[in-house]
Amino acid sequence: MREFLLMDGYWAYVWSAWGLTLAVLLALVYSARRHHRQALRQAAEQDEAPRPVRAAVKELS
Amino acid sequence: MWIWFHKLGSPPHFYRTAGRLVPWFGIPALLLLVAGTVGGLAIAPPDYQQGDGFRIIYVHVPSAYISMFGYVAMAVAAAVGLIWRMKVAFAFAAACAPVGAAFTFLALATGSIWGKPMWGVWWDWDGRMTSVLVLFFLYVGVMALRSAFDDASKGDRAAALLAIVGVVNIPIIKFSVDWWNTLHQPATIAKLSAPSITMDMLVWLLAMVVGYTLFFAAVVTMRLRGEVLLRERGARWIRELNAHA
Amino acid sequence: MTPTRKRRLMLVAGLVAGVGLATTLALRAFQENMLYFYSPTEFVEIDVPAERTLRIGGLVADGSVQRESGSMTVEFLVTDHAYSVPVRYTGVLPDLFREGQGVVARGRLGEGGLFLADNIMAKHDENYMPPEVAQALEAGKMRAIERAAEQAEAARATGNGSAGGYYGGGYQP
Repeated sequence: MREFLLMDGYWAYVWSAWGLTLAVLLALVYSARRHHRQALRQAAEQDEAPRPVRAAVKELS
Repeated sequence: MWIWFHKLGSPPHFYRTAGRLVPWFGIPALLLLVAGTVGGLAIAPPDYQQGDGFRIIYVHVPSAYISMFGYVAMAVAAAVGLIWRMKVAFAFAAACAPVGAAFTFLALATGSIWGKPMWGVWWDWDGRMTSVLVLFFLYVGVMALRSAFDDASKGDRAAALLAIVGVVNIPIIKFSVDWWNTLHQPATIAKLSAPSITMDMLVWLLAMVVGYTLFFAAVVTMRLRGEVLLRERGARWIRELNAHA
Repeated sequence: MTPTRKRRLMLVAGLVAGVGLATTLALRAFQENMLYFYSPTEFVEIDVPAERTLRIGGLVADGSVQRESGSMTVEFLVTDHAYSVPVRYTGVLPDLFREGQGVVARGRLGEGGLFLADNIMAKHDENYMPPEVAQALEAGKMRAIERAAEQAEAARATGNGSAGGYYGGGYQP
């Protein structure tokens, strides 16, 4: 296990490359969901029939 | 074919189809990424020269590949949008840009992290690194140009032109390592002769490449739904969608 | 396809072709200024101005690495098998630096043709394999060399090197 974590002495490089990748992939998913939610909210704000829409947006977000 | 094309071009139909597609991309993507990670970090043998340091290949190569694949997808969509004035195509191009930029950033950053121990430098201005940096600026430029217009459809068209022109950078990236002296190695896999990597290392890399591609598809599809909504603000189908949700 | 769409398609295709052509011409025109590193042959044949910072790249010649005792200074030859350039460098070397390995040195030309590097970068090639495979390949190469030597010996002994040799002879017309 220790040997695996040490990565031949390249642990700092290997783990930081993988950690950075994981962080960016998670950020991509988060920002895509937020983008969709915001678009729904904006679409609702322009709507003429506000009440059911607001309820729907609340439910979706 | 043409009926399918037009149906897909209709925003409400497209919005619903895209929503159903997300898990079909996302779940296999997650499985492949987990398999590739376990295989690449724990099962694949170390390299004869770089030891375990070579394992950065499993995150670097797929990011670099998606950075170019995403750009070509964006440019093709931009061209379809310009020629057929199809809103969904512009929305797709807009959805690709930030995701492609993120993968270009990852390709540059993981390459830099790999370069320090092996080459001895974080960065140097060789043909491959410089042309990928240009790719990153192209993505940022396309996004900035789109948002610089108050009129969204003008922004879409201007951004599409830049995206299309920037496509000439893609063969430059691909062949930079063959045309010029570079610090970066030449191609290991994407070449006419057999891959220069043994099968027990290659399978996990292929799992990662397919996983990244499906992940890209899932995230772009999610953003695409948002982009379609933004372009259809106030349309009746959105009102109905919200009312029924 | 309607005429308007056809026109727009032509415009887009023309735009890509035009920009592609312009980029190709520009890259060709600046080919020399864009050179990332000089090979030893180019370095020797082109008159390189002293004091200008540039890069040379090639292989670290086998048996040429000399470390000065008690310091971080190292001297070695960078070769492309046609010419060799002596390089002097003080500092930490990258992990992949070794004899026979590709290397890029950044620095300037000093006195007596000695290249004074302020940075050494190691190149690696496109091959990835486990150590056992690399050893097997190396062993196979050594066996092939030995076998070739034996064959040459045998051919000399029979006094006939071409006809009826051990190897490949049957395939010749």
